Amino acid sequence: MLLVLVEDDSGAVSGASREALALAHELATKLDVPVHAATFGTGEFTTTLSAHGASVLHRIEGPFADDCSPEVRGAALGELIRSAGATGVLAAGSEWGNEIMAHAAARTGEAFASNCVEVDAGREWSLTRVRGGGMLLEEAELSGAVKFVSLVPGSVEPTEVTAPGEVATESFVPEHVDDLVHSKLVERTTSGTGASLATARVIVSGGRGVGSAEGFASLEELAGLLGGAVGCSRVATNSGWRPHSDQVGLTGTKIAADLYIACGISGATQHWVGCMGAKSILAVNTDPEAPLVSRADYAVIGDIHQILPAVVERARERKKEVQGAV
Amino acid sequence: MKVLVCIKRVPAPGGKLSLTEDGTDIDTRHLGFTIGPHEECAVEEAVRLVAEHGGQVTVLSAGPPEVEEQLRYAMSMGANAGVLVEQSAQDPEATARALAEAIGTLESEDGPFDLVLLGNESADAGNYQVGVRVACSLGRPVVGGVKGVEVGAEGTDVFLRRESAEGIEVYQAPLPAITAVKEGLNLPRYPSIQGRLRAKKGPVRTLRPEVPQGGLRTVRLRQPPEKSKETVVLGYGADAADSVVDLLVEKGMV
Repeated sequence: MLLVLVEDDSGAVSGASREALALAHELATKLDVPVHAATFGTGEFTTTLSAHGASVLHRIEGPFADDCSPEVRGAALGELIRSAGATGVLAAGSEWGNEIMAHAAARTGEAFASNCVEVDAGREWSLTRVRGGGMLLEEAELSGAVKFVSLVPGSVEPTEVTAPGEVATESFVPEHVDDLVHSKLVERTTSGTGASLATARVIVSGGRGVGSAEGFASLEELAGLLGGAVGCSRVATNSGWRPHSDQVGLTGTKIAADLYIACGISGATQHWVGCMGAKSILAVNTDPEAPLVSRADYAVIGDIHQILPAVVERARERKKEVQGAV
Repeated sequence: MKVLVCIKRVPAPGGKLSLTEDGTDIDTRHLGFTIGPHEECAVEEAVRLVAEHGGQVTVLSAGPPEVEEQLRYAMSMGANAGVLVEQSAQDPEATARALAEAIGTLESEDGPFDLVLLGNESADAGNYQVGVRVACSLGRPVVGGVKGVEVGAEGTDVFLRRESAEGIEVYQAPLPAITAVKEGLNLPRYPSIQGRLRAKKGPVRTLRPEVPQGGLRTVRLRQPPEKSKETVVLGYGADAADSVVDLLVEKGMV
């Protein structure tokens, strides 16, 4: 049986988890085994699971509501894997997914291939995973009684099956997590305001060319107008212009926006691997030879401090025209 | 308090990485090396914790004998001693076993480390699991993705802060504990001349644990496909504003 760890996104199966389900179905068909799902969430997932060909949903219950540590969740998942007899475990390669998979793999003493983009099942599993945030691809063989794999979000089509079946729900209460030495969640603050970098549709991002913390005002304005988020390069955080939580890159956030507007960012490898997941990139830079300008889909050559205010003004006018027309 | 930091020697970030002829590894002949950015913050944090609470910082690295260069750098930032764990296997299970075994050896001589810091994921392989595996085999609590470390008033617990998709989470873990940290935790210092001189003479011992390979075997590395299409230049200077807005409208952003 192949088990998919399903992430709860406001009561629904997360998009990245649906991709993991689709891949699990493909591998399970080849191996001639069923697909089960496991979750710590409380959403009604069975319709989606059925559409992806899963036959059983294991609800892992116990003190897992909201205040639970990654150690306990990982151990609980590990216990389910053993008791239900999974031979492969798949999850989305989100921070959350990778952490719990690492715990479950460590507890069961099995190997874990994180951030895969292609997986083929056999006695050993052949896979391709991303290294260094995407600077290189690694082809690898995964062996062991239970194979753990996480998938880079967006690497598989979340295809649905042609003949959906029934999904049985079973509850699983782990027995061996009480004596575990673990951390506990003591505080949680929800930021809530504005679009987050990881999920924003459009990101306006600035680098060395912005020149100062104040220089980000026009980026904020454009992002606000487009309903997007503001990002930055490592230079901007290291210069103290922006908080690290705004950083796009290898050691910051990896984004998957529809449009990434890079202002005054030359595009070192460290930054490129963070923004290459965007569907389109628009680079605004004084240097037509900057690496990000050559890698971008669109470019404007010139000073961002002249270009951005003009873009904001024209976009405002266009918005008014459209509203006027309606 | 006794703090241990595990660091990794990784290729210095820069241009495109070249591969060896057989494609099984990175061609390192013309490369500079550095400490991974997450681990550099881990060293900085350890040095600050010890400055505040007293104690010792030990820095440890698994890899070829050349990792001594990164150990000495960490010592120039303020770590007191270095441990070189000579090891050729690079898969995450073998690395974690080597680290756990080395930590066991050090602790059997001098007692437990109150806190072990690692990077959340290495800058090159990025397996996202070594810290968790080390914690699991030592039976200690571990929190990953951490951007804030604070020792409790009693000195028996540590508070670990991280960002999640929804906001900020703070975990409390009893010491001894392990944490995998991320860049953004602090701004690492630039080593002073005195620090560099001290690091040259500081003690570095070598351990050679024998560990079996894990179940993830690298077959070969390859370059990701490059985008081959041309960049569309929308214009020059403020005159390009109209074309940019056209693009924004086309993408449904305005």
